[in-house]
Amino acid sequence: MNIETLTLAQLPVGRSGRIDTLLARGMTRRRLLDLGLVPGTEVKTIRSSPSGDPTAYKIRGTVIALREEVAREVLIRMEIYSAKGV
Amino acid sequence: MAFFKGACRKKNCWNQSVPQHQCPQMTIALAGNPNTGKSTVFNALTGLRQHTGNWPGKTVQRAEGSFYYKNKHFTLVDLPGTYSLFANSVDEQVARDYICFTRPDATVIVTDATCLERNLNLVLQVMEITPRVVVCVNLMDEAERKYIRVDVDLLSSELGVPVIATAARSGRSLDKLIDAIDRVASGRIKITPRLVTYDSEIEYLVQRIELKISPLIPAGLNPRWVALRLIDGDRGIIDSLQIYLDDDKKGSPQWGEEKILCTR
Repeated sequence: MNIETLTLAQLPVGRSGRIDTLLARGMTRRRLLDLGLVPGTEVKTIRSSPSGDPTAYKIRGTVIALREEVAREVLIRMEIYSAKGV
Repeated sequence: MAFFKGACRKKNCWNQSVPQHQCPQMTIALAGNPNTGKSTVFNALTGLRQHTGNWPGKTVQRAEGSFYYKNKHFTLVDLPGTYSLFANSVDEQVARDYICFTRPDATVIVTDATCLERNLNLVLQVMEITPRVVVCVNLMDEAERKYIRVDVDLLSSELGVPVIATAARSGRSLDKLIDAIDRVASGRIKITPRLVTYDSEIEYLVQRIELKISPLIPAGLNPRWVALRLIDGDRGIIDSLQIYLDDDKKGSPQWGEEKILCTR
C-alpha cells in the first residue's frame, strides 16, 4: 500500500481520501473551510451529475456538490493498493 | 415537558396578568446550519406554524414570533441556515447582519447532534461576536437512533456557554432550552466563551487595530471581531458595517423583513 496525492476532482466515484492541502485562496478557501474541508478530513466521491460536473462528495456527514474548478483546488491523499500488496 | 403541555403550546398565555407593555422585552435570534431544525424549534417555542421542511434553504427571509416566560416577552427571530457568518449568499448575509448588527439579547445556535463537528464552526464564529450564546444540540432523537451520544456537560465546559440537548420534534427538553435562554438574555449567568486564539502575528495586529477602532464603533459591537474582519478584508462585512454605522447616526436601522405577528 502506498499513498498518492491527487486533486479532489480526480478522486473516482466510490473512493475516499483525506484532504491534504487547499490551493484555493480568498473567499473560495473560506467557503471550503466553512463547508468542513479542513486538512485531515475524509472525503468520499458519491456521484457525478450527468454532465460530469458538478460532483457530489460526502464530507463530515453531509453530501456537498462541488464544481470541478473548485475540486481541482483541493489536494487529497488516497491510499493505493497494489496487486502485490493485497 | 409539563411546562410545555400546559402553557406555551397555547401561545402567549404565559402569565397574562402582566400586560405586554410592562414586561421586559427580549429579542432572541435563532441561528444554525441548514437543516438542523431551527424552524421546528421556532414553532415549538412560539406556537406558530411556520413552514418547516426537510431541505436546506427553506427559510430565506427571517420570521418572527413571540412567547412569554417568567413575565418577560421574548421575540424569537428565525434566521436562514448558514454554515458560516462570512456570507456567500443572500440568506447567509441576512443571518450574519442580524447577529452582528441588531445585537439580540441572546443567540441560540441550533446544531445537529448527528454531525456536531460540522456545526461547531458556526458556534465558534457566533461566540466571537457575542458571549450571549446558547447552544441547542437538536435532533437528539435521530442521534440516539444512530447510537451517537453527546456529552453535553463536557461540550458546555469546553465552549464556556450553556449547551442544551433537545429533540424539538417531540418537544423534549425545550423547557430547559427556554430556561437557558432566559438566564443568558437577562444576564443572570456569567458566560465566559472560549474564543479562538490566532497566531501571535495576527493577535498582535488585532490588539493594535482594536485600540484604534474602539472609540469609533458604537457600544455593543465587539471591537475584536471588527478588527478581525478588517484584517480579513471581507468587503461584504465592511459594506454592511458602513450601512449600519450610517443608520446608527440616523436612528433605527431599517429591516425589510417579513413579520409574523402572533400577539393578539
